Amino acid sequence: MRSLRSIGLFLFLFSFFLFLGLFFMSEYTLTEEIFKSKVKVEHQESLQPAMAELFDQTYNTSYAFVNAVSGVIDQVNAEFRQAQQWDKVIYDDYVASLTKASTTGMVVDHTTLLFFLVFGIGLIGALLFILPKAKLEPAGIKNNGIFHDALNSRGWIGILIGTVLIGFYIMIYFYDAYIMNWIILVAPLKHWIYPQGESSQWFLYGFLYTFAVLVMGGRMIVKYRHSKYQIFRTISVMFFQLAFAFLIPEIMVRLNQPYFDFKNMWPLDYDFFDAWHINMLTSGGGLGIFMFAWGITLFVVGVPVFVYFFGKRWYCSWVCGCGGLAETAGDPFRHLSDKSVKAWKVERWLIHAVLVFAVIMTVGVLYNFITGTSTIFGLDTYTYLRKPYGFMIGSIFSGVVGTGFYPLMGNRVWCRFGCPLAAYLGFIQRFKSRFRITTNGGQCISCGNCSTYCEMGIDVRWYAQRGQNIIRSSCVGCGVCSSVCPRGVLNLEVKDEKGRFGQPVLLGNNHISLPEIKAVN
Amino acid sequence: MKNIVIIGNGIAGITAARHIRKRSDHHITVISSETEHFFSRTALMYIYMGHMNFENTKPYEDWFWKKNRIELLKAHVEHVKTTDKTITLSTGATLGYDILIIATGSKSNKFGWSGQDLKGVQGLYSFQDLEEMEANTKDVKRAVIVGGGLIGVEMAEMLLSRKIEVTFLVRENSFWSNVLPRQEAELISKHLQVHHVDLKTSAELEKILPDDNGKVKGVITKNGEQIDCQFVGLTVGVSPNIDFLKDSDIEIKRGVLVNEFLETNIPDVYAIGDCVERTYELPGRRNIEQVWYTGRMMGEVVAQSICDTKTKYEPGPWFNSAKFFDIEYQTYGNVGNELKPNEEEFYWEHQGGKKAIHFVWDKNSKQFLGVNVFGIRLRHEKFDAWLREKRSIEFVLHNLSSANFDPEFFDRYENEIVSDFEKKVLAIKSAVV
Repeated sequence: MRSLRSIGLFLFLFSFFLFLGLFFMSEYTLTEEIFKSKVKVEHQESLQPAMAELFDQTYNTSYAFVNAVSGVIDQVNAEFRQAQQWDKVIYDDYVASLTKASTTGMVVDHTTLLFFLVFGIGLIGALLFILPKAKLEPAGIKNNGIFHDALNSRGWIGILIGTVLIGFYIMIYFYDAYIMNWIILVAPLKHWIYPQGESSQWFLYGFLYTFAVLVMGGRMIVKYRHSKYQIFRTISVMFFQLAFAFLIPEIMVRLNQPYFDFKNMWPLDYDFFDAWHINMLTSGGGLGIFMFAWGITLFVVGVPVFVYFFGKRWYCSWVCGCGGLAETAGDPFRHLSDKSVKAWKVERWLIHAVLVFAVIMTVGVLYNFITGTSTIFGLDTYTYLRKPYGFMIGSIFSGVVGTGFYPLMGNRVWCRFGCPLAAYLGFIQRFKSRFRITTNGGQCISCGNCSTYCEMGIDVRWYAQRGQNIIRSSCVGCGVCSSVCPRGVLNLEVKDEKGRFGQPVLLGNNHISLPEIKAVN
Repeated sequence: MKNIVIIGNGIAGITAARHIRKRSDHHITVISSETEHFFSRTALMYIYMGHMNFENTKPYEDWFWKKNRIELLKAHVEHVKTTDKTITLSTGATLGYDILIIATGSKSNKFGWSGQDLKGVQGLYSFQDLEEMEANTKDVKRAVIVGGGLIGVEMAEMLLSRKIEVTFLVRENSFWSNVLPRQEAELISKHLQVHHVDLKTSAELEKILPDDNGKVKGVITKNGEQIDCQFVGLTVGVSPNIDFLKDSDIEIKRGVLVNEFLETNIPDVYAIGDCVERTYELPGRRNIEQVWYTGRMMGEVVAQSICDTKTKYEPGPWFNSAKFFDIEYQTYGNVGNELKPNEEEFYWEHQGGKKAIHFVWDKNSKQFLGVNVFGIRLRHEKFDAWLREKRSIEFVLHNLSSANFDPEFFDRYENEIVSDFEKKVLAIKSAVV
């Protein structure tokens, strides 16, 4: 069993490093033929003279190739700008398409084989590493060594993985041409799902994301195999990621319908009310209009009703994609969240500021859509609202920081400090819900496992040790505090609203009137 | 405004300090030589096992004390002079007090074994013990733990988390059988073996063997068996940590003697927590109660006595909890290790051997007296109420599902338990009638 795990780890690392290595394993040669097939006729004339210098030249790295190609385009554009020939400036993004077409070498020649070597072997390796744990030790909470581990406790492995993740996110969002080898690598799968489709950085991202959720979901189930709550919850996020976030939108497109993630909603889905998105849905026939209505109903009716009955966990730790990744791939880092009161203050300012920003941005965008304008109060909505939001919140905060910082700040940085939907769900959870975490009489021993393993940085112990219900807008109801409690003190409960904000009660003494209780009587 | 000095920053002393602050403006000083800040002693094992770091075991952030005007002093108290209301620190400095609260907790027992002070031999109670254990267990292959109680099983879990083999010497014929009834003691014993603990019951320590460097190299049991090991954990209970009071006027026996108001024989000197020995009886409770919850309750009582009205320490029905590797344990009311003449019992065990429940009630009145539960969580609130209301065993069983505290989706066993109860207990009854 132990040797199986070692083999598994070896195989996984092999595929991981093969994946990283593929980044370097292509050559890039632009030919006139490629140029003519990818560049629009009206741009060919202006680009050809300068671009011709690159024809048939072979570059060894994507970096050099991309710089050469974009250098040419920038230079041509600069000349147009200088000559004030504004209509001739080229805004089409040719870099990625040219890079993809110019790529040659093993990644292109053996794409399917490499795909199976990376993801097939990676999957087998991961499963060999994960599954034997169920046989090796009895079920139960096994957090041994987490604070001694270089991966889990901000040691060198954690910092390294964090750096790789941050770099990966930056390239996904801003420099997709650099990672063309990886985009090509997943192309066979894309073609299998949707033969006419082109693999893009977003398909790569969606696939890796789903792969991570499924593999690490398996790990989560093995780790918490004694808890049906954790098992069901994990299966739920795995299902929603695979079906709703990854497959169904692709299938929709294959069926000539709008790309749509049925479980995503505004304001997390911040471009839902963008003109292009509304147009796409409303011009998409009956199903498109249903999607539009569904998306609105989900946050107008779905959120309040479900949060009232179950707490915000129905979304954040059972359905949501961000939550899904956090609860699976992010689980090994959940203890890294900051539990201080100071962090709580920062959290409240930041997350509500993002919500306000999202609302203002959406109002502006909707106003433009309805009135057919592009400004609000004389300011260009795209430049001053929509673009900064997309860049700062959509890309940097939720992606680069939200996931890249898993090994450094815990697995819920985005959900806790940034997600406007979490803020909205949290309002309702705080003020109008039947959900709460209850504490069991006087049994708390203040050990701190609950607070330590709270990914949202809630100091659960603060409440538990005074016998008070835990009602916090940020609680995503993952249930891990209850799982790790050694004395059976914490429980996620849905009950009558009456007495939800009960005063602290610690069972034990007769004739003791705790000052907190006296204040009520 | 009085000058209140509390010796000891464990759960008892800190609870007293916090509640005095809530109720008054007295000047509060808490003295400890163990750590600068309050931490949860029960979490020491998790630091060793890497579940938490030391910071995580502090129930309050470091700014809390200043904000609440609770002065912390890291110092060791050597003497208490009650005649002029002063204490002397190991530095030689003296400190005056108007009210003194002694909350110095326990220390590990050692019973004069040969070799008990060797390097690599230790108990586990304080933060210093943890540091020592960290140093003592480097490059250790096998450890022997002496004494089958809660700290012993914690130590076994700690050592096994570092892949150190553990031999567990238990004097009785199963684990913790001076507290647990036979059935539960066997259930836990089996669970220890599932975790590869080499459990030796009816085994007593004879002596500990040194190597040439004054380090432990093995132990010999009373049966003459020699076990080679590089670490010995002595977990044969704890006793009040009150040596520094021996030359004071404060009356002590095994612990600091207190009345029902937690007052010592000296006015304005109180004692709370582990270090206390009650001079009066409380039904179902020992006179020295070395339990987290007792420390906390006594801290609340003494604070109310000092600040508001004089209050007796009158704890409600007994409760406790623990965790043995993967099996959680809770108890409400009194379940002794042996049935008393007036008592009847019902024991149910799940086939997996990781869940069990044990009820005890009065034969004649049918009054429910106590429950031990393993692997299932029960609501304290419910059982506290049922015990106070002197409910019958039938009532408790019929309402058992309302006391379940397990997470959502967990398998429920109430029906199985109740039908088993009806089969075993009521069937016998009707046959007799």
